[in-house]
Amino acid sequence: MFDPQKIKHDFPIFKRRINGKPIVYLDSTATSLKPRSVIDKENEYYTKYTANIFRGIYTLSEEATAEYEAVRVKVARFIGATNADEVVFTRNTTESINLVAASIGKTLEKGDEVVVSVMEHHSNFVPWQQRAQKKNVTFKVWDPREKLETIITRRTKVLALTAVSNVLGTINPVKKIVRIVKTINPQCIVVVDAAQAIPHMKVDVKEWGADCVAFSSHKMLGPTGVGVLWGKMELLENLSPYQYGGEMISEVYVEKTLFKKPPYKFEAGTPHIAGVIGLGAAIDYLKKLGMDNVRQHEMKIVAYALEQLKLVEGVTIYGPKERCGVIAFTMKGAHAHDIAQILNEDNICIRSGNHCAMPLHTHLGIPATARASFYIYTTKEDVDSLMNGLEKVKNKFL
Amino acid sequence: MDIYRELILDHYKHPRNFGHLENPDVTQEEGNVTCGDKISMEVQLSTVNSQLSIRDVRFSGEGCAISQASASMLTEKVIGMSIKNIMKLATEDILKMLGTSLAPSRIKCAMLSLEVLQKAIITYGR
Repeated sequence: MFDPQKIKHDFPIFKRRINGKPIVYLDSTATSLKPRSVIDKENEYYTKYTANIFRGIYTLSEEATAEYEAVRVKVARFIGATNADEVVFTRNTTESINLVAASIGKTLEKGDEVVVSVMEHHSNFVPWQQRAQKKNVTFKVWDPREKLETIITRRTKVLALTAVSNVLGTINPVKKIVRIVKTINPQCIVVVDAAQAIPHMKVDVKEWGADCVAFSSHKMLGPTGVGVLWGKMELLENLSPYQYGGEMISEVYVEKTLFKKPPYKFEAGTPHIAGVIGLGAAIDYLKKLGMDNVRQHEMKIVAYALEQLKLVEGVTIYGPKERCGVIAFTMKGAHAHDIAQILNEDNICIRSGNHCAMPLHTHLGIPATARASFYIYTTKEDVDSLMNGLEKVKNKFL
Repeated sequence: MDIYRELILDHYKHPRNFGHLENPDVTQEEGNVTCGDKISMEVQLSTVNSQLSIRDVRFSGEGCAISQASASMLTEKVIGMSIKNIMKLATEDILKMLGTSLAPSRIKCAMLSLEVLQKAIITYGR
């Protein structure tokens, strides 16, 4: 039985009291909380086998290397990839996308087009916008309500697409979109921001058919400072390195350098070893729960929250009924910041602002929204606390 | 401390000097784009006791209670004040005016109106 109340016991932060009150954490879309097992696993590297990886011919280094590489395999299995060498460790989703954008950006030519969806997080919007501008190629923004056929052409080099909107909670039909895009233009590279998908539902990158997929450890119970770029081997082989330095080379001469094969040619310098190892424990934790159960739980919570929110006078909800565990809303007479501030009096943590999706907010014609988001440890009682908090907001502002 | 004390909510719900002047000497608008706060100030100046001072001011805009109440209270505070003294106003004066303490993330909301006013004065000086 999936019991979020029991799950809470695995997360040490829930023991914390601020002004004597417990924490109601409704901002997992920004970052998830961390279970004890992840904290312990990261700590294990620092206490038991601290050593640089790939370098030492001694036990500590070999242990650290084995732990680090085991996570690569674990990640691959978790997302349905068959080849672990297609898994590149980065700092976060943003760096994963920048890696791809920097490399593809170099190959953009006059007449090419770059397309992003209007619901992209800035991390899958700005890198493409900037590369397109630099190379003076067409930059197009796609409203997913429009037919893809009206925007993707034979000259579209890239489609940047989020799997799940971090504001609306919309779950985009990635598989279907990729299929249509590839029918129009088989050469178009589809770059999927899966930061809000991988933590919350079962994802199979092979089934999606996209060329590369980016996500972050810290949104899926893992440590901050670790991201993943999964890419089809053929694409990774053709991408030029993003950064240069140690570990990513095979031979260096005065006149030239030979690079390692993927994924190593993209992992210059000492990586966040402890963080990657911690991510392994996060995946273990999620696998034990079962991603289908995670999704089922979130569907229940988000349905309950939507139902309750609709009863609050003056609240406008954005996004579709069928969605991931995130709800952006506005309240008549109260700015999102004021809502968040008043909720904070009861340690209810929500986000307010444009959530790094300013083009989407401009598109919706609103400067800011309040956003509550849910995860495996969110209970109905947490949602009730939010509603009580919103009553307080209403009493002050309406 | 209650940030949303009565005085702040009152200024937010019933802003003073809200609207437009017929013949402003200078108009300035600024915003915190990421918050969605926006303040526009229209100012009329005159010389009082050989000091250039604010004769009248109106503001308009939208945003959170802190940014809007701060603008409303500031307009009341500065009418008749010399621009020399306005340019001296700083964060602590605004917090004192609001009568509350604020987390760093909210201080920029509170400071927006003063920034706009001081920019207006600089624009006028040019």
